[in-house]
Amino acid sequence: MAGTQGEIIAARGLGFQYAGSASKALDDISIVIGQGEFVLLTGPSGCGKTTLCRCLNGLIPNFHPGEISGELLVDGVSVAAETTSELSRKVGYVFQNPENQLFALTVEKDVAFGPENLGLTREEIRGRVDWAMEAAGTVALKDLAPYELSGGQQQRVALAGVLAMKPSVIVLDEPTSFLDPRTAEEIMGAVDDLRRENGITVIVVEHRLDLVGRYAERIVVMDHGRIVADGKVEDVLDAEFDRLSGLGIGLPKVSLLWSLLKRDGLVSERLPTHVESAVKMLSQRLSN
Amino acid sequence: MGENGAGKTTLAKQLNGLLRPTLGRVTVDGDDTTKKSVAQLSRKVGIVFQNPDHLLFSETVRDEVGFALKNFGFELGVIVKQVERTLEALDLAHYADTSPFLLSGGERKRVALAAVLAWEPDYLILDEPTIGQDYQQKERLRNFILQLNSQGKAVVMVTHDVEFVAECNPKVVLMSKGRIVAQGQADEILSDDGLIEKASLVKPQMAKLFSQLGGFGFPRDVVDVHRAKMLLEEKLSEVKVRVAQGS
Repeated sequence: MAGTQGEIIAARGLGFQYAGSASKALDDISIVIGQGEFVLLTGPSGCGKTTLCRCLNGLIPNFHPGEISGELLVDGVSVAAETTSELSRKVGYVFQNPENQLFALTVEKDVAFGPENLGLTREEIRGRVDWAMEAAGTVALKDLAPYELSGGQQQRVALAGVLAMKPSVIVLDEPTSFLDPRTAEEIMGAVDDLRRENGITVIVVEHRLDLVGRYAERIVVMDHGRIVADGKVEDVLDAEFDRLSGLGIGLPKVSLLWSLLKRDGLVSERLPTHVESAVKMLSQRLSN
Repeated sequence: MGENGAGKTTLAKQLNGLLRPTLGRVTVDGDDTTKKSVAQLSRKVGIVFQNPDHLLFSETVRDEVGFALKNFGFELGVIVKQVERTLEALDLAHYADTSPFLLSGGERKRVALAAVLAWEPDYLILDEPTIGQDYQQKERLRNFILQLNSQGKAVVMVTHDVEFVAECNPKVVLMSKGRIVAQGQADEILSDDGLIEKASLVKPQMAKLFSQLGGFGFPRDVVDVHRAKMLLEEKLSEVKVRVAQGS
């Protein structure tokens, strides 16, 4: 986790209010994220998750007008002092809806668009595009037009386009929404591999904890523009289960099952966050 | 249900005539879709698209939800009442005067749903309705769907959300590569390893759990938490008694 590997993101008292909105979308956010961390960012609909992510690559305040306060550093540099184009080399953003970020006539051209605009050599662009398409599993799609792809294929292409920028941070805003569950697991696995191999910091916004829980080490929960829980996934789920459940967060079904059994005094162990640990604990009890 | 590109959305679009078959026939209440206009079919079959931005264009949420009602020629009083009711049901009343484009992804999705539900079509087609919805909103949606269903409306849902399906336990039509490969109750389909593999799905967590606890005499087709809890409660209580008697 954070500490030894250095800070890549540091927010202090960050606040934001969209122009025309009556309340703050972000309210006094302070958080430090270390290079190479895998953070799951969650919270009820409209809690400010996407707003926080938009701050990280400067879409806020550069494109979404409003009033920003506090401080936000990405890789040691204040976001306020950088342009979005500069920040996009550091922070790659995969949007909720992949259609919003695909526009070229072929998949390959779409993936190449970012690196081409960095003024890199031909060889470097070629190398990055091939690597990114391979990593996101889009090689077979390279000559197709993005608009003729299915939602899941589009999401992979969007990921490839972001990877080709070789960012130090990737933000994925509900990246698996449009994917079938198998593909969703594959994408999350691919993102986790990228983190392990390249030290990329990964921030995933997701309602479905069952999907991301196994990769994320850290969970950050937001509500009404504030951070209301932050820690290791297992610790937070065990200590805050009822509160999180009250916030309307989609907790893993095994954790829910366990909390129900625990309430009836039938089990006493900490809440499992994935199926394997529940199987182990239940097998042990049932063998008695 | 089925993998990306299986043909789910293509099939859904056949149901209100947005697409017409090049082979075979699609009928809605006995009427061939090739003989009816999309406008005629839409009165009966409401489709809520996967991407809400394909549907939204009005200046306020209220106008958006009332738009179709106006076009169908309902009286103003009916429109006002119907819009209010729908906004209330989907937890959108406080956004009535807000532009749909100022809302979050999940909220826009609900506005799109409201815009279709408002005219109470007999058949409701929902393409990935749970995307971007938090758990509370999903619960609300689930209750809403069950309520419509109990009023005699048919609901067809295209979804990848295995946990949501496990909780609703509807009839599941499984598609793969443009074909229907299986039909049956959700608990049967979602606990069948072969079918799950074929359609690129994953089992709901409860099905995973119970397939691995098979050695203890549990049924394998458990997909929802409440049934899981009942089964485990029984077995764990037995164990507890056994341990108490043994000691």
